[in-house]
Amino acid sequence: MPAASIELTATADDHRIARYAAAAIALSVVEAAIPMPLPGVKPGLANIITLVVLARYGWRDAVWVSLLRVVAGSLLLGQFLAPGFFLSLAGALASLLALGLAMHLPKRGFGPVSQSLIAAFAHIAGQLAVARLWLVPHDGLFYLLPFFALAALLFGLANGLAAAKLLEEPPQPH
Amino acid sequence: MKPGDWAVLLLFAAGTGALAPIAFSGGAAEKAVVRRDGIVVAELPLTQARRIEVAGALGTSVIEVQPGRARVAADPGPRQYCVRQGWLTQPNAIAICAPSHISLSIAGRAASHDSLSY
Repeated sequence: MPAASIELTATADDHRIARYAAAAIALSVVEAAIPMPLPGVKPGLANIITLVVLARYGWRDAVWVSLLRVVAGSLLLGQFLAPGFFLSLAGALASLLALGLAMHLPKRGFGPVSQSLIAAFAHIAGQLAVARLWLVPHDGLFYLLPFFALAALLFGLANGLAAAKLLEEPPQPH
Repeated sequence: MKPGDWAVLLLFAAGTGALAPIAFSGGAAEKAVVRRDGIVVAELPLTQARRIEVAGALGTSVIEVQPGRARVAADPGPRQYCVRQGWLTQPNAIAICAPSHISLSIAGRAASHDSLSY
């Protein structure tokens, strides 16, 4: 009796998402090597990819790339299902929701820098919410808020500028 | 950078600036700690108003707590220094009733000073 076989066919969409997710995962692995003064503060370079995907292919693809990056990135770093994973996930979900709203800002006045800043602040909001409710159930956590906000401001701006620069070039044909 | 980007950047920068004082506040006052001979006899959260009586070396002292502050309301000591110090609001502020062997201090989360007295 022949074994039942399941054939998975990858569409062009899948290939494109996988390609961008791979770039995002690579960036999150690279930035894990950068020492940071506060736990939880990271440049979030992978969000540059999310922003580019959002601008080129829309919100659905951005969600895929972002969540694939969170799961696969944490697997590579040995963080899967560890507290840091849930903080990343909460931050990613919050910033994806914020991006879903921010992408409807008028294109003439608002670019990737706005989206990046909004996503960065949504990210710390989501992260802090989970941390406060679950990991550190104490208001003392909020003393770190100014530092998280400062990091979100700087890295949100930097990532937004990087995404804007990348978006000046047309996408490479695959 | 588009005009809206500058506006968003300024908005978030202003928000971040507004949060800055939190970093330097050294922790909000959280609870009043009453000690006799250095031994803690009562810890009162600074969230609800309360009055307690503490037996000291000379007699009974009265500690009063209101939201965010605490004081020695009455003390049998001769010079009344700790009573006249009034309300304590800052973390690590302390009122010492030496004759009664009683002290009242405010505990916060972050220790910005080793102690505060006047």
